[in-house]
Amino acid sequence: MDTRPEIARAAAEAAARQSYGKLVAWLAARTRDVAGAEDALADAFAAALERWPRTGVPEKPEAWLLAVARRRRVDAVRRRLTSEAGRDHLKLIAEEAEARMTDEDLPDERLRLMFACAHPAIEAGVRAPLILQTILGFDAATIASAFLVSPATIGQRLVRAKNRIRETGIPFRVPERAELGERLDAVLEAIYAAFAEGWTDPAGTETRRRNLATEGIWLGRLVASLLPEEPEALGLLSLMLFAEARRAARRDTAGEYVPLAEQDHALWDHALVDEAETLLGRAATMGAIGRYQLEAAVQSAHVARRLSGRTDWAAIRALYEALFSIAGSPVVAINRAVAIAETEGAVAGLAALYVLGDDKRLNDYQPYWAARAGLLARLGQAPQALEAYDRAIGLERDPAVRRFLQAKRAALMH
Amino acid sequence: MRYMIMIYANEAALANVPAEARVQMSAAYGAYTEALKKSGTWLAGDRLRPSQATTSVRIADGKTNVIDGPYADTKEQLAGFYMIEAADIDTAIEWAARCPAASTGTVELRPIWEMDEYMPKS
Repeated sequence: MDTRPEIARAAAEAAARQSYGKLVAWLAARTRDVAGAEDALADAFAAALERWPRTGVPEKPEAWLLAVARRRRVDAVRRRLTSEAGRDHLKLIAEEAEARMTDEDLPDERLRLMFACAHPAIEAGVRAPLILQTILGFDAATIASAFLVSPATIGQRLVRAKNRIRETGIPFRVPERAELGERLDAVLEAIYAAFAEGWTDPAGTETRRRNLATEGIWLGRLVASLLPEEPEALGLLSLMLFAEARRAARRDTAGEYVPLAEQDHALWDHALVDEAETLLGRAATMGAIGRYQLEAAVQSAHVARRLSGRTDWAAIRALYEALFSIAGSPVVAINRAVAIAETEGAVAGLAALYVLGDDKRLNDYQPYWAARAGLLARLGQAPQALEAYDRAIGLERDPAVRRFLQAKRAALMH
Repeated sequence: MRYMIMIYANEAALANVPAEARVQMSAAYGAYTEALKKSGTWLAGDRLRPSQATTSVRIADGKTNVIDGPYADTKEQLAGFYMIEAADIDTAIEWAARCPAASTGTVELRPIWEMDEYMPKS
């Protein structure tokens, strides 16, 4: 199959999103009016998404977008469709930005915009969607599909968040060193949420979600390049690259699910793995350990199998213990229990899992039941294992993983 | 809130599913139903016979018309339903996405129009 046209299209789309994000960020940073900035550029951005894949990316993409936005504005019909705020913003960019762009590049304010979107005053659940919308121009429908929420609801929440940015006076700035840590967490969390949603895309067949993983990495690269001295920014990028490197190995040729321990490491993208290792190594020299570096280190321990031939579970367990002590989420606790099972045996692992049983959130969480089923099966407790597999199967939304769990369950019956 | 999950499936395709896959599909539904029940989300649900077993009834000009077949003759037909209790639409979407039919056909979510909202007591 010739994938070149697809690659050219993806490149054009990426360029359109990049230029769009830069203009929105530049404008919004001046007016604090995100919706108005989006409004001013909406038509031009749509035109770029439609045209650039065919014609190629123009030499000065931002100037192109501005010129189209201006032309559309002259169009009387369009003008009536464009809101007051959009018109004012257009005037601003037309006068100020164009003058600027004749000899120098537009300053990149996207990091500031991301910090505004991930501000503590913004509802936590809407931060990642807000970043995707303002920086990348994703529409509400795309975001709704990606995060499994209703398009109407997310649309309203995005509007409300943008109003909040303007009305509560949320600043467009990269925080000072003292408060950077906590605030950066929110930005990184939003990026990781976007990536994780794309990563869970079962077969890599849902283009919208696959793009989300790509965009997550892209945002991660942007933040890492703008804040190269922040170990957690490097750690997150490293973590995402490790995961992305294994994408092709997650399914066999028949489209069936392949668990990490059984993946053919010849299928891993070794260039990405190497880049991830380098980033993690650089982060480690900065002497400030954090959640993303630890998670990246777990990934690194898993992929070390490509060289050593075996998985170092003792190392993985130690990393999860550290992770559990600084970010003790139920998800980390499950992974820790699995690592305990690998180092101390299934009984110890199961005991660590049972401790979590009181957490109501795990009731409807597939990995909890799958881990529990696997350990019960190993201990020969077939009836309880069957029950746990049933829970896991019933909670899974990916058909390939469902079939995998069903096969495991069936194997117990023999 | 109560929501109805309506499962739409291509009946012709379903009829041609090999026996082994049918067993697997049925087991997946069984597990899904159990997961709904265990989480306290399940209210009701069942499988419907294919639309060829449908009978439509309509009274026009005082005459009762009994018609063999479904109201709308479309390729995708209502094949089953669940009634669930979910905190909000996002939780309902999460459950709808787990329904085995979501990866083969279409799953439709409709909130129940509760009487106290349909006809509020004043």
